[in-house]
Amino acid sequence: MDVTHALAAGMGGMRTAGDLVARMQMSRGMRLKEAKRYVAGKLGCSVRDLSDSCAMEQIRGERGLGRILDHSNLHPGEPNAMMAKFRIAELLGLRISSVERFRELAGM
Amino acid sequence: MLPVEAKIPTRMGDGFMVEMTRAELRADLEAGTAEAARKAKAPPLSQDELDHLLDIYASRAAFTAVDIGDQVVLSCDGGGSKLTGTDLLDLLESEQRLGQDILELWHIEYSYKAIKTILPFQQQVMQNVQMMCTAPVQYGAQPNLAFYSKPDGPAGNFFEMLPRGDIPGARAAMEEAMEHATKDFIYVGEGMLDAGADGMDFDTTGGAGDADFYSTLRAVKHLRERYPEAGIEVGMAGEFVIGVHGELEWEGRRLAGLWPKEQLELCQDAGVTIFGPAVNIRTGKSCAWNTAYSITAMKPCMDVARIPVHPNVGQGVCGVPVNGYPGEDASSRAAKAHVDLLRCDGL
Repeated sequence: MDVTHALAAGMGGMRTAGDLVARMQMSRGMRLKEAKRYVAGKLGCSVRDLSDSCAMEQIRGERGLGRILDHSNLHPGEPNAMMAKFRIAELLGLRISSVERFRELAGM
Repeated sequence: MLPVEAKIPTRMGDGFMVEMTRAELRADLEAGTAEAARKAKAPPLSQDELDHLLDIYASRAAFTAVDIGDQVVLSCDGGGSKLTGTDLLDLLESEQRLGQDILELWHIEYSYKAIKTILPFQQQVMQNVQMMCTAPVQYGAQPNLAFYSKPDGPAGNFFEMLPRGDIPGARAAMEEAMEHATKDFIYVGEGMLDAGADGMDFDTTGGAGDADFYSTLRAVKHLRERYPEAGIEVGMAGEFVIGVHGELEWEGRRLAGLWPKEQLELCQDAGVTIFGPAVNIRTGKSCAWNTAYSITAMKPCMDVARIPVHPNVGQGVCGVPVNGYPGEDASSRAAKAHVDLLRCDGL
């Protein structure tokens, strides 16, 4: 059922900008349209691009926001996971708890 | 020989496939919305909306989806299989292979009372998960107020006292259970947010009735004040709050009998950032009936929502059959129907 909803209605998470829009909903309580406009504005793309895996693949790569990794999509020199979250926090103007904890615990 | 109307494969609320004519599907949609309108005192769906639902349910397609550009955020409570290795691997699979937008770390003993006893373990897992995942990860469990009553908990068993007619005793037991419950919700919530969780999820809130809802609202208010940027998701257990206690009020509003719109109003005022209404399946009715019923009951939410609304399209709710393997034809129809008609913010 997870797969069904992901294909039927989901933005696509890291395949697209779903995780970024989700962060605006979670942290700021933004409704969907507002959250999509906000993220599109920060990324400099259209709202429709946010759900387009082709467009977002390039945008995420250029901005170091992390991309889906598999055997034919390898990006060893790019930020991913925690590294990408630093970039995401800066881009969206959000305080991401795990990023702040990393900073504190790593003694940065 | 009279012409026979073509039969269309569709599903019942228990997941079994049947065949119905277009006219029968239309009748079910109209009956579903009428029933919800009567019970929830909400407007029934319009003819245009019913026509759209009929197009969805009268299709022979094995799968359907929202239009390009209409995709919504998926908050996947209790996602993953718990059988593909560690929790970290499960969440990486959800993020990298399933494209989930909001991930959820959870324990198989999915209740706050149990998590309280293993909090450091869950905190360590959350810290490790946050190192490796990019998508937001919230921590989820269920309030499950009944676990705070005997034999599992310290309070008297209110579900046994009520049938015996001991209403004052039952209410006192519920109020005792509520105190323990809110303390645990706050303890786990603070612990997990301090460990780096992007948010908390209170799943099936109200499952044990109005006292269950009250305990959760109290915890939400506390967590919101302490963690202004944390996500707090409240997913409800059913379309109305059962008045097990009957006299509990939150800021002057009685909790018993609240439908999704009123549930949302209380949640968003308490500090919730994502609200998940739920409408339980009637297994003897078609999925079309159930979806029309669900959307009718939830639609008033959208007029008052200041926060994202994510209808719970899980097994047995909001038009998805009660079945361990709900057919993708039914699940995708339920998803599309809710997004198209409610213009909701997620699922």
